[in-house]
Amino acid sequence: MSTFQMTSGTEKSDTIPMLKLGTFLLMLPLLLWLFLLIILPHLDLLTVSLREKLGYREYAFSLQNYIEFFTEPLYWNTFVRTAVMSIVATMITLVIGFPVSYYIAKVIKGKKRNLLFMMCLIPFWVSELVRTFGWMILLRESGVISSFLQWAGLVDGPVELLYSDATLMVGLVYTSMLFMVVPLVSVLDTLDDSLIEAGYDLGGSTYSILREIVIPHAMPGIASGCIVVFMLTLGNYLTPTLLGGKDSLWFTEQIYNQFITRFNWESGSAFGFLLLFLSSAIVFVGLKLSRQTLADTVK
Amino acid sequence: MNNQLDLECRRLVKSFGKFTAVDNVSLEIPKGSFFSILGPSGCGKTTLLRMLAGFIEPSAGDIVIKGQSMLGVPPNKRPVNMVFQHLALFPMMNVAENIAYGLKRRKLPQAEIDKKVADVLERVSLPDAGSKDVTQLSGGQRQRIAIARSLVLEPAVLLLDEPLGALDLKLREHMKVELKQLQHEVGTTFVYITHDQSEALVMSDNVAVMNEGRFEQVGSPQDLYYNPKTAFVAGFVGDSNRWSGRVDSIDKGQALVSLDDGGVIAGITGNEKVLAAGDKVELFVRPEAIIIERDSSAQTGAHLENGQNTLSGIVENLLFDGANSRAQVRDQQTGHQVTVSLPQTGAFSDLKSGEQLRLSWGVDKARAYGSQTGASQPGLGKEQAA
Repeated sequence: MSTFQMTSGTEKSDTIPMLKLGTFLLMLPLLLWLFLLIILPHLDLLTVSLREKLGYREYAFSLQNYIEFFTEPLYWNTFVRTAVMSIVATMITLVIGFPVSYYIAKVIKGKKRNLLFMMCLIPFWVSELVRTFGWMILLRESGVISSFLQWAGLVDGPVELLYSDATLMVGLVYTSMLFMVVPLVSVLDTLDDSLIEAGYDLGGSTYSILREIVIPHAMPGIASGCIVVFMLTLGNYLTPTLLGGKDSLWFTEQIYNQFITRFNWESGSAFGFLLLFLSSAIVFVGLKLSRQTLADTVK
Repeated sequence: MNNQLDLECRRLVKSFGKFTAVDNVSLEIPKGSFFSILGPSGCGKTTLLRMLAGFIEPSAGDIVIKGQSMLGVPPNKRPVNMVFQHLALFPMMNVAENIAYGLKRRKLPQAEIDKKVADVLERVSLPDAGSKDVTQLSGGQRQRIAIARSLVLEPAVLLLDEPLGALDLKLREHMKVELKQLQHEVGTTFVYITHDQSEALVMSDNVAVMNEGRFEQVGSPQDLYYNPKTAFVAGFVGDSNRWSGRVDSIDKGQALVSLDDGGVIAGITGNEKVLAAGDKVELFVRPEAIIIERDSSAQTGAHLENGQNTLSGIVENLLFDGANSRAQVRDQQTGHQVTVSLPQTGAFSDLKSGEQLRLSWGVDKARAYGSQTGASQPGLGKEQAA
């Protein structure tokens, strides 16, 4: 017994450093990526956001950029508007995506199922820009839908369907749908059919089975789908700019304006950080409300 | 027991396209009995059970529960509950919530639900399990919770879909006795489907043997074992030695069968069908019906001697299994392998392979069935004896 332990002990001291080096090498690309592309720029952004330009190449520490955000109603309103719109878009995506996912995962079988799944996927082979322009072709004043309505005699003149909050919402939901459907399908796939049957067998109605069995089971998938969709929507730049028009200000547009139009990197950095805090806070609250942990959602 | 029927099936048919899974099955189950449906996998027993539960609509025929036709009644409105093969306990709820699920759907007041849950947990002897997570329970405990979850709803019929399949042997033996006991106490009608003949024989009041969508025979376990009506039942229920041959002559209800391998065995017809000379038949003899003696006289093939079927052979394998020990004896003349039970007295405990034995059994112990050509039936034939 003791000899066995001794040999295993020496083996341990031989293999563990090797293992450590191997693990380290394997982790290296990830660590480099995290450090160079995420941590380092953010640290730089943080320092930039916390300084004030006094003169040419003359800076001082200041909270002025953050104060400006809270005192200027336009920024503050855009900020709240972006958050609310993103939450609404996430909810709509969930409400549409859940039945679709349930149908794909549970109702339909075999080839048709793969076909349906592919049909959800295929639009995403095209770039987001092209997809958004597709919507513009459909919805603009001289577009397909407007022309059709005129041809059918339902309206007298051309109708402008672009540049409203509703259009923006349609665009955001469309862009996010896949990121909701994929986690939901995979989590619903793992739901044993006999659980649903047992629910019916014990006298459950469709509604009670959905509420007590299907949704609790799907909760990790719902949470991870919602987080991804929410983050993507909140940080979306293209769709709000192209479909929302001038009235539908999005917070990312504000950041873009600070950096590019006004060359105000200090203020832009501060806005960027505020957006980061906003999204983290909302995700945190969402997880608490749904009693999920972040670890559950990546299972 | 009165004559009231809890469950009745009338000429039930279910086909999927060209394939008929359940073919014209009729059954009547009296109140409070333990009824098993026994059959090999793919015989249609699960389809039948799912029709009773309401997950599948029959193609033809009627299901009547407590005098009410169940056609078009969805599963959540039927007075039957099912214990699923893999139990299907809800992992998102604890034990008490699992059991309360059905009661809550009936909108009972919370106090009554709590009382019923506590009562049924007591009944399955897990009184403190209520707050436990389903995953914390052992296999046998989950089994009991799954049954409790159905029983608490006081169904007219409890359907069980091979719920013991996932348990290990020791626990399965234990649960068999426990289930029978439980059924006896609560008095609910149980319909149990299984491919394990021992489960069916031990627990049931009545067993239906099912094959290729049809009921081969319905009867008490003793009836099935001692008076199988078809070759399939004779081969499937219990172990049997099997010979095939052709009837030579009929004499006072005894059929003299000359075997395909050579030799002659006398037997009686296994069912009502009267055998005639020239019929092809299958002969079945139970291993425990064969009397063995040590014998060193010259080897003889199967023949009749003093009104007893007799053959001699060499012991090939000894299969020691306590009270259920057997020997495989090779008939040297024909090469046919015969399995015999060793007496439980231990008289042959010193038997060695290579010894010569004389086997004999009464004419009434060999049951002959007219064989359907081409149909292969299980049994202790040459290929299955090992």
